[in-house]
Amino acid sequence: MQNLDATFSALADPTRRAILARLALGETTVMELAEPFDMTQPAISRHLKVLEGAGLIIRRIEGTKRPCRLAPSAIDEIDQWLGTLRQALAKNYDRLDAVLAGMKPKKRKARR
Amino acid sequence: MSKLMLKTEGDRHVVVVRRFAASPEAVYRAHTEPKLIRRWMLGPEGWSMPACICEARSGGKIRYEWADGKGGGFYLTGEFIALEPFSRIVHVERMHLPDVTPDNHIETRFEADGAGTLMTMRMTLPDAATRDAMLATGMEHGMEASYARLEAMA
Repeated sequence: MQNLDATFSALADPTRRAILARLALGETTVMELAEPFDMTQPAISRHLKVLEGAGLIIRRIEGTKRPCRLAPSAIDEIDQWLGTLRQALAKNYDRLDAVLAGMKPKKRKARR
Repeated sequence: MSKLMLKTEGDRHVVVVRRFAASPEAVYRAHTEPKLIRRWMLGPEGWSMPACICEARSGGKIRYEWADGKGGGFYLTGEFIALEPFSRIVHVERMHLPDVTPDNHIETRFEADGAGTLMTMRMTLPDAATRDAMLATGMEHGMEASYARLEAMA
């Protein structure tokens, strides 16, 4: 919980959110990340530094490359987004259950 | 609660699956008839829908307005693209918070499932950043509802 501020400011940037969405698909190198974003590698590296500082991604060293992946805390964060949207929808649909239970099958009466 | 399945798909989609103990016709009608929509599409406890326009035909307009009863609120506008009673609805919608959010393209399918209905709603957002921002907005609204419940308990 201590770097919640860093987490939120890291998530406030659309490019960084898009990077996280890409990393949700699996470990990626800076070169692969730079491609779809139409950004230079140094620009991507700056975003990665912010995400790493916020504890949202983990980078390891592999020869000259530094592939990155989502940190478990980032996965929790994304799960939380989904969890709360799920909560709002669940409430609507529970109400819909009650509406449906009160609906009488209509139509078919003028048929014959 | 356990009946609702919500997941992301690729980087631009959100998929929602839910079963209902009613026929596809009833569930479809509850999604297209204003007097039924206003009874359930309300979000957090205490909110109401003072205005509901739902012209269920291809090209028809959608406008839902929500109010929290304390002077706050927001609205949604959209258009129907295709309707196949009682199995499929395709429409586009956007929120006005009051800033307008990017278009959310939604296909909703209703399939008979035993005595009930399996509903699958597939949302397509323009890009990954928009999808994630939408989910983040869901978080804010969810938190607000939680705080409201907390207040009620105190």
